[in-house]
Amino acid sequence: MSKSKFKNPVVKWIDHRLPVFSFMDHELNHYPTPKNLNYFWNFGSLAGFALVTMIVTGIVLSMNYTAHVDYAFDSVERIMRDVNHGWLIRYIHMNGASFFFIVVYIHIFRGLYYGSYKAPRELLWILGVLILLLMMATAFMGYVLPWGQMSFWGATVITNLFSAIPLVGESIVTWLWGGFSVDNSTLNRFFSLHFVLPFVIVGVVILHLVALHRFGSNNPIGIDVKGTQDTIPFSPYYTIKDLFGLSVFLSFFAAAVFFFPNFMGHPDNYIEANPMVTPAHIVPEWYFLPFYAILRAIPDKLGGVLFMFGAIAVLFILPWLDRSSVRSSQFRPIYKIFFWILLFDCILLGYLGAMPAEGIYVILSRIATAYYFFHFLILFPLLPYIEKTKPLPISISEPILGGAATASAFATREKK
Amino acid sequence: MPKNSISKNNNEGKRDFLIISTYAMAGIGAAAVAWPLIDQMNPAADTLALASTEVDLSSLEEGQAITVTWRGKPVFVRHRTPEEIKLAQEVSLDDMRHPETDEERVPNEKFIVLVGVCTHLGCVPLGQKSGDVKGQYGGWFCPCHGSHYDHSGRIRKGPAPTNLEVPSYKFLSDNVIKIG
Ligand code: HEM
Ligand code: FES
Repeated sequence: MSKSKFKNPVVKWIDHRLPVFSFMDHELNHYPTPKNLNYFWNFGSLAGFALVTMIVTGIVLSMNYTAHVDYAFDSVERIMRDVNHGWLIRYIHMNGASFFFIVVYIHIFRGLYYGSYKAPRELLWILGVLILLLMMATAFMGYVLPWGQMSFWGATVITNLFSAIPLVGESIVTWLWGGFSVDNSTLNRFFSLHFVLPFVIVGVVILHLVALHRFGSNNPIGIDVKGTQDTIPFSPYYTIKDLFGLSVFLSFFAAAVFFFPNFMGHPDNYIEANPMVTPAHIVPEWYFLPFYAILRAIPDKLGGVLFMFGAIAVLFILPWLDRSSVRSSQFRPIYKIFFWILLFDCILLGYLGAMPAEGIYVILSRIATAYYFFHFLILFPLLPYIEKTKPLPISISEPILGGAATASAFATREKK
Repeated sequence: MPKNSISKNNNEGKRDFLIISTYAMAGIGAAAVAWPLIDQMNPAADTLALASTEVDLSSLEEGQAITVTWRGKPVFVRHRTPEEIKLAQEVSLDDMRHPETDEERVPNEKFIVLVGVCTHLGCVPLGQKSGDVKGQYGGWFCPCHGSHYDHSGRIRKGPAPTNLEVPSYKFLSDNVIKIG
């Protein structure tokens, strides 16, 4: 047997029989990572942190929560007032959902800017979009649990979307509800699914990481790693950078939890659900607003639903829609401009989703929706035929070091 | 030799048959097991049993409305005034999205009975209380995305695709109805 890299005899003994330590050493410590990653590469580990936070706070919340229409609202109020530290745990879970989406949206736009979805990372990207869908389902069902007015009416409006499906729509909605309206059966199944889906997400995240480690991270200039001179070991360089990013993230997160815990929520959700009275303005949670705006922009019920789901469907096929072989926007002068337009368009859609569906807001929603689909379905496939890309550097090291072969960080580390 | 290869082919045919029928049986078995797991999400027997409600209309004055609960949903009952009845009956159906005559929708013209759920995405329209906004056609108005319904609960303006649903109900006596 070759000499073990571990000194601790217990670790050595276990690793020989169950090579978990070798695995971790290989994937998290030694793992060669491009040396030019910028701070946008922090958001993956932040998303992982947010997921773990949601699971831990969720499990303790469910120890005090009652999934029944007569008790749910009161049990959440009891968590807020009587359960030791309940307010803190709930505010972390509630704001954690928002921060999770902020982090994931930045992570996705990072991918769009640097072309991280292109070959050979198509499946990595698709798994990411799948995680986004699962997160949306989880957050939607979680928001129903406190059984406030927005919980109830949000659930009613969103489940009713399925009634737009021809022929079987009504039966599907009854099946989703387990009754003739959103009621106790609905609350119970949503709790069950809200509990389990995050663990499904963990499974998909693991696949996402396996796919990532197959070819390693993309990088800001988007060209392949040519050799060890282009990489540095993950630890300590990126572990420390990720930890620094985490502490910045936690500062913002703590500020929200302690000083503005209800800023991203809606006051109507502190009124208990009343199936007989609809609040004047039903708005979904902010992270659904762009999709809600697309839904309302289309004057037809079925059409609205199709376009809303289509907005995610285009992300799944993006690796094949984009015909350009240049990954990073740094070398795509025209695409770069459109990238910022798309980002602005999505923020505009989010704003419009929060506004009443009338007058100028409807017109703007239609224009913004049209642009969104134009960007994915027309611009991505056709732009490469028009755009003249800038010349790519020979290697990751070349723009900085003029291409000279340099001693790699690995080499220095190995000598020690 | 030819004989041999024929028998070999026969065996391969048999093997394919066995493989395909094994898959088919496994598929049928899996579907049979999946069905109870899926169907348990449909309304349970006690939910279905709650499916009817009786309403006494004797105290409902002309122009008044009440909301009752049926299958967890609001049901609107309004005692219409003669003018409202006239408007509902005489309006032209030509430019309605979901043309239905008032007679088709209301067995007793005085009382209109409707499921109080907007056919767009399920909000409860306003118009039951005296101070409520009733929309441009005087019936009901859904504030969620702006659907206007007339005195017969027909959709006249806004995104809702169909008229407010008329639940199945019958008059047990002159003043008592049974919904469901
Ligand atoms: C992907 C991870 C998760 C997301 C995005 C998420 C999202 C949410 C949201 C948005 C709420 C509503 C908060 C409010 O307004 O009160 C909620 C509530 C809740 N969640 Fe989660 N959650 C996640 C994971 C979990 C897990 C793993 C569990 C249990 C094991 C859980 C248990 C609960 C409970 C019991 C509530 C109701 C109490 C409350 O409303 O604060 N969650 N969740
Ligand atoms: S739910 Fe009534 S208009 Fe949309």
